[in-house]
Amino acid sequence: MSDSVSPLQSPLKNLHQSLGARFVQFAGWQLPVFFKSILSEHHAVRNNVGLFDISHMGQFFISGSLARSWLDTLLTNDIQSLPPGRALYTFLLNESGGILDDIIVYCLDAASFLLVVNASTTSSDKEWMLDRIPDSGVHFEDASNRSLALAVQGPASPSIWEKLTQSPMPPRNSVLRSKTAFGSLILATTGYTGEIGFEIFSSESTPSLAEQLFNYLLSLGAQPCGLGARDTLRLEMAFPLNGTDLSPDITPLEANLPQFVKFQKPGFIGKNSLLIQKQNGISRLLSPLLLEPNSPPPRHASKILVEQKVISGVTSGTISPSLNRGIALATLPIQYASPNTQLLVQIRDKLYSAQVVKKPFYKKIS
Amino acid sequence: MNIPQELLYTETHEWVRIEDNIATIGITDHAQNQLSELVFAELPPPGKKILKGQSVAVVESVKAASDIYAPLSGQILESNSSLQTNPALINSDPYGEGWLFKILLTNPEEINSLLKPQNYLDLLKN
Repeated sequence: MSDSVSPLQSPLKNLHQSLGARFVQFAGWQLPVFFKSILSEHHAVRNNVGLFDISHMGQFFISGSLARSWLDTLLTNDIQSLPPGRALYTFLLNESGGILDDIIVYCLDAASFLLVVNASTTSSDKEWMLDRIPDSGVHFEDASNRSLALAVQGPASPSIWEKLTQSPMPPRNSVLRSKTAFGSLILATTGYTGEIGFEIFSSESTPSLAEQLFNYLLSLGAQPCGLGARDTLRLEMAFPLNGTDLSPDITPLEANLPQFVKFQKPGFIGKNSLLIQKQNGISRLLSPLLLEPNSPPPRHASKILVEQKVISGVTSGTISPSLNRGIALATLPIQYASPNTQLLVQIRDKLYSAQVVKKPFYKKIS
Repeated sequence: MNIPQELLYTETHEWVRIEDNIATIGITDHAQNQLSELVFAELPPPGKKILKGQSVAVVESVKAASDIYAPLSGQILESNSSLQTNPALINSDPYGEGWLFKILLTNPEEINSLLKPQNYLDLLKN
């Protein structure tokens, strides 16, 4: 996507502006990076509740008699037995097992699904899927550019759900349609922050209804949050971001996410390559790194060294607002990927010590 | 917009406090606001010789690293060690506890090239 093309805008752009948002370009969209500050928004989600506009994410509605079995051949997780009202995390792979995207699949009813995909890969995912769609039995609708999507995340989310729907918030990974004062919404107890919460999808929302809904959620105590906090929150959980941590060059096994690949399924694109990789053993692993105290933030492409030799580079990194320490994800040669392995991270002309740790970086005290 | 009258400024948003031949350097209120919360400051070691215009320090927010340029030539006398554990002082008190480093000036005439408060305000308005 060229920079000269004017960016895609959320239906909430004007409201964000009036709330003092600072904007950033991401995947062809102009989006709030923060409203007040990344750190305060991060802590609001960890300790109370935050509200994200995630309208940039792609939304595909897929239905029809063959929708379920077709998706099961495209995706690594078990779509075949996903019951209506439930959601799961899955990968879309190429034939070599490389990750094209990580996706949440929502089963709306027996023959109807919503796929929420990354903004940066919405058009390539769509092309990949349409190239493989059967002649009949599957209806594919791309609602990406006319949809509203919000994420309400944080320990105080259930009270907001209850006020919005007049019913208690269901367990994680549930999805339902709800008629509200703001129109018919798809509500799902999913998110990518490590906190409880829910997401709201609507493909029929007008900008005016979207603003009313956003303002209503703010009035219930949610703090508006930008992409900056979304990134620090997901990184503290060691959740990968497609396009930086994940790419077609890495498989789900190398990404250390094998639980989302169901080898017992009859067949899915990439299965054979993954089976061979599983048999031979993997040679590298996406790993969490904790840096020494008071380090600068490690960033994408910061070099990782062992005994003066560069062994890899950081794929994403930040200062963890909860831990007040530098944290990073990097794909490491397998001999350096065990927890407690000591490494060095180069930031500008200095080396900082880092240790491979178990994920997540941040654990809720309960 | 907080632009103290007793300080001098640069086009790259540093402030300078002159006391005899020693200059204390920080970043302006406008700069800290634009950068948002800082999480790291890399400062020059005492004794380091620096030239006006040279990149001598780095401050980092969660999202980005920004260079700090030497407003004047000289030798570093001292860096603000409090910033190592509390870089957010630059945000909360940019003209006070958030100072970055002190320079022993070798070419005091360079002071004439710095912006007066009104000039810095004009720069921000444009």
